[in-house]
Amino acid sequence: MRQNNIQITQIDWFLICLYFVMCLAGLVNIYSSNYNPEKPEIYNLSQEYGKQLLWFVISITLGFLILLLEGNFLRKFVYEFYGIVITLLIAVLLVGVEKNGAKAWFGFGGFGIQPAEFAKVSVSLAIAKYLSQPGTKLQDSKTRINTFLFILAPALLIMLQPDAGTVIVFASYILVLYREGMGGNFLLFGLFAAIIATISLILKDSEIKLLLIPEELPGQWALSLIMLCFACIGYIGIKQQVQKRQQAKANLYLTIGLIASICIIHSVDYGFEKLLKPHQKERVEILLGLRDDPDGKGYNIDRSKAAIGSGGFTGKGYMNATLANAEQKHVPMQSTDFIFCTLSEEWGFIGSFGVLILFGLFLIRIIYLAERQRSAFTRIYAYCVACIIFFHVMINIGMAIGLAPVIGIPLPFFSYGGLH
Amino acid sequence: MRNFEERRFTILLIFITVLVIFSIRLFYMQIINDYWKDRAAQISEYKVYTYPPRGIIYDRNGKKMVENKTFYDLMVIPKYLKEIDTTAFCKLVGITKEQFIKKINEAKKYSRYVPSPFEKQISSDNFERISEELYKYPGFYAQERMLRGYSQEIGAHVLGYISEVDSTDIKANPYYRSGDFIGKKGLEQAYEYELRGVRGVKYILKDAIGNETGSFENGKYDTAAMQGHNLYCTIDANLQAYGEMLMQNKKGSIVCIEPSSGEILALISAPTYNPSLMTGREKGKNYLTLLRNDSLKPLYNRAIQAMYPPGSIFKMVQSLIALEEGVITTHTGFSCDKSLVGCHAHPTANDLKKAIQFSCNPYFYQTTRRIIQQGKSKNAFIDSELGLAKWTKYMHSFGLGIDLGIDMPSVKKGFIPDTAFYNQPWPKGHGKHRWAFSTIYSISIGQGEVLVTPLQMANIAAIIANRGYYYIPHFIKGIGEKGNIPEYFLKKNHTLVSKTHFEFVADAMRAVVEEPGGTGGRAKIPGITVCGKTGTAENPHGEDHAVFIAFAPMENPKIAISVYVENAGFGGVWAAPIASLMMEKYIKGSVSDTLKEKQIKDAVILDTKKYKATLSSKKKKRNR
Repeated sequence: MRQNNIQITQIDWFLICLYFVMCLAGLVNIYSSNYNPEKPEIYNLSQEYGKQLLWFVISITLGFLILLLEGNFLRKFVYEFYGIVITLLIAVLLVGVEKNGAKAWFGFGGFGIQPAEFAKVSVSLAIAKYLSQPGTKLQDSKTRINTFLFILAPALLIMLQPDAGTVIVFASYILVLYREGMGGNFLLFGLFAAIIATISLILKDSEIKLLLIPEELPGQWALSLIMLCFACIGYIGIKQQVQKRQQAKANLYLTIGLIASICIIHSVDYGFEKLLKPHQKERVEILLGLRDDPDGKGYNIDRSKAAIGSGGFTGKGYMNATLANAEQKHVPMQSTDFIFCTLSEEWGFIGSFGVLILFGLFLIRIIYLAERQRSAFTRIYAYCVACIIFFHVMINIGMAIGLAPVIGIPLPFFSYGGLH
Repeated sequence: MRNFEERRFTILLIFITVLVIFSIRLFYMQIINDYWKDRAAQISEYKVYTYPPRGIIYDRNGKKMVENKTFYDLMVIPKYLKEIDTTAFCKLVGITKEQFIKKINEAKKYSRYVPSPFEKQISSDNFERISEELYKYPGFYAQERMLRGYSQEIGAHVLGYISEVDSTDIKANPYYRSGDFIGKKGLEQAYEYELRGVRGVKYILKDAIGNETGSFENGKYDTAAMQGHNLYCTIDANLQAYGEMLMQNKKGSIVCIEPSSGEILALISAPTYNPSLMTGREKGKNYLTLLRNDSLKPLYNRAIQAMYPPGSIFKMVQSLIALEEGVITTHTGFSCDKSLVGCHAHPTANDLKKAIQFSCNPYFYQTTRRIIQQGKSKNAFIDSELGLAKWTKYMHSFGLGIDLGIDMPSVKKGFIPDTAFYNQPWPKGHGKHRWAFSTIYSISIGQGEVLVTPLQMANIAAIIANRGYYYIPHFIKGIGEKGNIPEYFLKKNHTLVSKTHFEFVADAMRAVVEEPGGTGGRAKIPGITVCGKTGTAENPHGEDHAVFIAFAPMENPKIAISVYVENAGFGGVWAAPIASLMMEKYIKGSVSDTLKEKQIKDAVILDTKKYKATLSSKKKKRNR
């Protein structure tokens, strides 16, 4: 492989423009969501918008510095950087500042630093370097185990903080690994398992009357029975349609699938009850509509949806939010986790849809650029960045509009906080 | 080495799918579905209402009958409560410690930040005392509230009262919100829309803990309160007060109408109640006492809701119809044949005037038979059906058996039987072609199925006073500044009987009062010619009800009146003098015969005991 020196001509100006547009939009939005009439200057460092502006300037400077550095330089110190981050993650557990119930921060005066954010970068760099080495193939189990270890180590440390949101983001590496050649079946299996688990949770406390069966069955048993019926249809289908010599294999897959899904159906409730914390359980229950408590446990999501829904087509106008603003504070954490509410309330569907388009273009552009890279390292790193951003967007906006459980992770470019 | 390049499409597909799902969801939430917009308003806005003062009600001489009185609601915001001297506070407000704890807990349960009423409707006298000390008790404050006040505590049945809306009111008219006041009964109900005005609304933004943070869109959607209209009513407060005084300790009613306009001068239903009982914080208790614990039913407006058999008063209407139909002349005579229908001892009635004067039952039996069976058909059944149809039409033209359309709710129509009624199969009626006059003869002397209200009877007096027409009786002379009243109150309603016959009947009524032997001698007023007619409304449950209708003076009548005194027996004894006092008071301004006045005032005619005693043994009463 060739060395890849970055030069001015190689910079993708389209992506840079998108980046600036989104950062500016984010800044403007933070200003509105946190507006303090006594300190209206956007550069006022005591306010979140002032700090955000500072972060913005820092990130541009850093970006510029990285451009000046030789690509090789960056690649050389990847593992060292990874080591430092792991150390920091251990250190934060010992001397970190507790905030919102998690020991995730080092505090420096008015600013805080979250090593978990650096972990995303370092893990991305590390697996990019590791997988780009000649001879590593994801089809080999050794390579796979090593890669998983790279991801798992910081994830476990973050779990101890505990910061479930960030841990979930680590799942985005699955997409990267898939791109780099890991089997595709597990993606399908994951999707299938997620659907089965969701249905099973929704039905967990209900009784269902099935055709031909006189008694009402508990939801899980009914679901298992339905799966069995599907499997039987599958066996018959295999016998008639599939070639003789492949039948045994197909039957085996189907049987494994059946057993696995029945296991999921019956274990998901246990996992739900035992592994999740009470507040996480509540959030999932509210998401699935098993619990209705708009002024209590479902307060966040109710206020968030009301703010977004009330935006209408064109919104209430900039600085005119009545729910998601710093003065009224109906929407909690409106400058961080629920920043999308301020945006949707003030700019309406035009604004919120526009932001989705911007993210879409941004992600597509990164993938496009990644595929054009001649070096595997940069390609893999670019995929990591894209997938991490995608996961943030999916979970953050999904949560705000009630399609995902409430998980406290920020929306890139928009939520308050540096280094996204 | 395989490059897996094509897998980028799977990843892009995943990205795009998620973003498309989000877009659809946003489109649904922000554009299609309105639920979240309503929810947002519910969360972020207060509506603060401003209530205009309710219209004032004046009597016909410009005297205030109902005005607004300021009361105070003591409000509490639990969040701001501090350690206080509870004992002193309870003493100040006049509640027990248990009540205090209960009320505070209720308020806390409702909201810690939003004010809730602690003690409602404190009178301004009491509040003066409380307000001086209130500064010692943080978390409490007072809110002004306008309620009704009465300078002269009269006319409860005419005025009605206001009370907080209930769920049926809110359902019936979405204007009302919980906590609003609405007119109940009487003029307060009839003119609710005019009196109440329109409340104003202010949209105020609130933050997550309920504090106000400013007005919504700079008050773009706010509206100002519009004051209610004043009502100028036709009641003469002095006459009303006088009538209520005369009727004390009696059951019954007085209705006075000015014949030349249909204006109701006084409407008394006895026993009445003090309208002030229906305001202030004791209201609920008072209401229940009046409603449940009083066998005399003071909330029942007898003047417009009680239905009595008209008795002898009906004879004048029968005479007018018979004369108009030409079935008798003023000189027709019938013998007093007591085998047809019972009667009392009186000189022979050899013409109509004497028949009215002596109130001869058999005479009117014969007269009514001629009205009902005019020989238009050989079949007595068909003949009676034709006759009765005509008779019913006459009756309706006198405002009997129909809703007169006065401006007061829950008015009863009385009852005048028609052919459809008697044609009903047994036992409701007799069946088609199965009845003739002989079956239904009791209608001739105002008994049987016939029922009228005191208001309708006063209107009959007004019709005769006017010699043949009436204005729909009404309570208002003007609404608000413009002073217009509805057109239909200004329209003459003619009966189907011509004027000349009325002159005759009016003269017969004069004879009832003014000539010797007439039954209404006690209704005489010195210097004024009074026309009247006594009646006795048969009461199957006890002593009969005394009835008297009259108008005066005979020429250019100023007042028409009906008086009902329940369980007072013959109409000439109690009802006639009451009518005379009322008319004299109204026409002359004062009463000359103070002895009569005292006698009436002091009389107690409440035979609740007799009522119980006679329930079992129903006496057949003669009608005179």
